[in-house]
Amino acid sequence: MIRYRRRTLALELAMIAAALVVGFPVYVLVNLAVRPASDTSSPISPTTSPTLANFTQAWQQGALGGALVNSVLVTVCSVVIVLAVSSLAAYPLARVAARWSRGTYLTFLLGLVLPFQLAALPLYQTMRDMGLLGTPWALVLFYSGLQVPFTVFLYVGFLRALPRDFEDAALIDGCTSLQGFRYVVLPMLKPITVTALVLNTVAIWNDFFTPLLYLSGSAQQTMPVSIAGFVGQYVTDWNLIFAALVISILPVLLVYFLLQRSIINGFAGGLRG
Amino acid sequence: MTLAPHEQLPDHDRPPDAKRAPKVRRARTTPPWWFALPALLLFAFVVLVPSVRGVYYAFTDWDGLDPDFSFIGLDNFSDILDDPDAMQAIWHTLLIAVSITVVQNAVGLLLALGVNSAIKSRNALRVFLFAPAVITPIVTAYLWRNLLGPDGAVNSLLGAAGLDGWQQDWLGSPQVALWSVIGVIVWQYAGYSMVIFLAGLQSVPKEIHEAAAIDGAGPVRRFWSVTRPLLAPALTINLMLSIIGGIKLFDQVYALTGGGPGHATDTLSTLIYKDAFTLGEFGYSIALAVVLTIIVAVVSTGQYLVLSRNERAVS
Repeated sequence: MIRYRRRTLALELAMIAAALVVGFPVYVLVNLAVRPASDTSSPISPTTSPTLANFTQAWQQGALGGALVNSVLVTVCSVVIVLAVSSLAAYPLARVAARWSRGTYLTFLLGLVLPFQLAALPLYQTMRDMGLLGTPWALVLFYSGLQVPFTVFLYVGFLRALPRDFEDAALIDGCTSLQGFRYVVLPMLKPITVTALVLNTVAIWNDFFTPLLYLSGSAQQTMPVSIAGFVGQYVTDWNLIFAALVISILPVLLVYFLLQRSIINGFAGGLRG
Repeated sequence: MTLAPHEQLPDHDRPPDAKRAPKVRRARTTPPWWFALPALLLFAFVVLVPSVRGVYYAFTDWDGLDPDFSFIGLDNFSDILDDPDAMQAIWHTLLIAVSITVVQNAVGLLLALGVNSAIKSRNALRVFLFAPAVITPIVTAYLWRNLLGPDGAVNSLLGAAGLDGWQQDWLGSPQVALWSVIGVIVWQYAGYSMVIFLAGLQSVPKEIHEAAAIDGAGPVRRFWSVTRPLLAPALTINLMLSIIGGIKLFDQVYALTGGGPGHATDTLSTLIYKDAFTLGEFGYSIALAVVLTIIVAVVSTGQYLVLSRNERAVS
């Protein structure tokens, strides 16, 4: 083991200094969120008479409760659909050598390069014609397709490294292909499913551009768009805005600190792909 | 060792001792093609078909509503070349992508080396430094919009440190605004690069380091000759993520500056949004999206070719 020397102490102090740089904005965020509007002292000096009034006001006037429910609904539905269809699709794509299989896989890979800005505008028109604009279902449909290429890519890469003996045994024992997938392949995919779950959840939860387009003018908003609307409405009332920002960050950070090991491994897990 | 699917033995090439198992059952060991169908349909509906239609619209004067539009050839693209705002946005997009890639990965690598050492706070630091990467980008951008304002916390901090001369309107000055945007992105995502580098560093076996140390290699030499080559896969992923992310950047610019002051921080993505939804120029906007697509395709293909050659060279 490497010993703890004077150089290690210097490194420790330097790293803590880096952490302070990362933490400074968060300190100011909380410091201003608990400050009454009448307090006009410097944003870096600690608030002398903290209050929670900004939070109750932001929660009520920003309709943040509804936005939170919508965000959870959209994220959960989309992630479940993406993981289900992508893992199912990855099974033949990783196991079959036929031309259709390779062609389909390459088509999905093309989706990794296409920026969504290209599809977003024509799809906007289609969604409008279908009457889906302004509903959360437009978002669920959108993410279910948008996140497929990346998720298929993760699953295929993982499956190819797995031996196929177990599935073959199950199929010879009389399982149907679907049962073989459900009871043999899917359990073996668990590690990469965690990675795909984490990356898709964070990407969908945080997305701003899509709901800005497809939910524009609707009363049903997701968290990021509600926050943008809130900032637009209370332009300079930063104490109130900061309270709203804290409310929107709290559930994310809560989940992050509870599941930090799986989440960080999920992000680093792309390395295996 | 992974086999690509075409290298795996198809059933009929297997040894003939398979006679005991009936052939019908053998054939069923390949999963059916229709397993790929739901994913393919969703992907086609959301990405593929609209993208193809998008490329078509780029050659028309469609305004997004009127069904009567006409084919105008390459006019939208020659308009882009004549439009100083568009050319500036392309330049900003490339500048942001390259700057973020360089700075974010340099900082991320330093942090990863620090966290991978013997320091006592390494686990807490890893969790803490990565935290900004999971926060909604639009939220961190609004936070920074206040911090970087004329009376914001950054200027207060500079004042308290006696650096009054450095105080400025970080987002309001055309010369500085773009760099402020880049700084915010690096603040948020340096921890992301760190986590990926860290996974690469932890895959470097301790024994190799110890052997090199016994052979008299100093820390710098050990990093260059032992760690660096083994970091190649992590570097490939990090460069890919940061450069593509930088090219597509929208949320942070929208929330921090809205592309301003003037057009000083407009990127291709913000311009695409403005042209389509505030000016109603869908055809022109989609032509810009086609330019964006070409840039992404060229950059990712080029990067893939260069980096996969490097990875092979060091392994």
